[in-house]
Amino acid sequence: MSTPISTDICIIGAGPVGLFAVFEAGLLKLRCHVVDALPQPGGQLSEIYPKKPIYDIPGFPEVLAGDLVDNLMKQIEPFHPTFTLGERVERFEKLDDGSFQLFTTDGTEIHCKAVAIAGGLGSFEPRKPAVENLEQFEGGRGVHYMVRDPEHFRDKKIVIAGGGDSALDWTNFLANVASDVTLVHRGTTFRGAADSAEKVQKLHEAGKIKLVLSSNVTHLHGNGELKEVTITGNDGKAEKVPLDCFIPLFGLTPKLGPIGEWGLEIENDAVKVDTLDYSTSLPGVFAIGDINTYPGKLKLILCGFHEAALMCQGAFKYIFPDKKYTLKYTTVNGAPSM
Amino acid sequence: MENDIRVYVEEAPGQRTELVGPTDMGLSLMELLKASGYDIMATCGGMALCATCHVEVLAGPALPEPEDAELDMLETLPVVHEGSRLSCQIRLTPRTDGLVVRLAATGA
Repeated sequence: MSTPISTDICIIGAGPVGLFAVFEAGLLKLRCHVVDALPQPGGQLSEIYPKKPIYDIPGFPEVLAGDLVDNLMKQIEPFHPTFTLGERVERFEKLDDGSFQLFTTDGTEIHCKAVAIAGGLGSFEPRKPAVENLEQFEGGRGVHYMVRDPEHFRDKKIVIAGGGDSALDWTNFLANVASDVTLVHRGTTFRGAADSAEKVQKLHEAGKIKLVLSSNVTHLHGNGELKEVTITGNDGKAEKVPLDCFIPLFGLTPKLGPIGEWGLEIENDAVKVDTLDYSTSLPGVFAIGDINTYPGKLKLILCGFHEAALMCQGAFKYIFPDKKYTLKYTTVNGAPSM
Repeated sequence: MENDIRVYVEEAPGQRTELVGPTDMGLSLMELLKASGYDIMATCGGMALCATCHVEVLAGPALPEPEDAELDMLETLPVVHEGSRLSCQIRLTPRTDGLVVRLAATGA
């Protein structure tokens, strides 16, 4: 077990609003630790549309989503935030002194004086195919929704399902790692990158992979460990295929995740907040950006920025109830630093 | 209103809800569905990048063919239907009057 991280505010979510909250907290001399389930900061902007222009950020007539994230990262540099990426905050406990203890999926422990949830639409989780007993084989028992370490699949029999770029790319890559690769796709053609699709086709023609089109994986079989899958064609014909690992790659979809179980007041999959300081129903826990809801809510990045500024005032008061804060302008104080 | 059209959402077999949408505001079907309180995320805001506004077109007028971005995204889904479309890519125009759709299952 690693040493617990200690900070003033733990920001859950490294999207644009979470990152800007680091800046606003830094102006108040509050230290931040940021946690995100994705392996890189930026949230939706990095994960879904890094090359798309955004037009409603003040001062930027047009900015690419990825560039906005880069700029936000540069803007928060002086405050030296720390990050835990690729892990999701699974549970949290409020301690008797009003501080919090958070635990991630990978066992990272964070002690903080306030929590700011900036989780956007929730954590991005793999889109799962409609196979009945899928969950029975999750958690290292044969079903993998992403390829974290290709070496895990060395010399194994694998079945990949999907028709997008991820499925094509990993089929091509793992063809040289796994002992047996089968790609199952419900369609007859691939619309992923033409080059990747061509490579898959060539590997198939060379007998290095098996390509099963117009089909779906419909059943998983095994006793504790995955042993076989049933692949069913669109014509109804079914075949059992022995394997070690099944890798369904159907992209990511946002889910509220464990936040919904933390006892916060929730409305329509969003956390209810007081617009005075974006505090939730649990003192010391705040929610900003797309994950919160209140009368008149607009899910815009610029609204999230505003919420971050007010939230930090509220967090400051929660952490230091006896300290008086006077608003200072960055133009007066000069370059911000910790 | 002169510029309004009607779109129908099939909640269950034989049970359809009528939505009235304007054609002079450049709205997409996704925006009309969201504004009407339907539980769709539309995570990417209408750029055909997330498929969280996936619908199945059941009946109605012929729609313009999907463009590459929409087809690319539909390709990634584990389940699609003959009439699968991304509602963010369907513009409300006089030609979409009478469209009947069903919301696709979450994640599909």
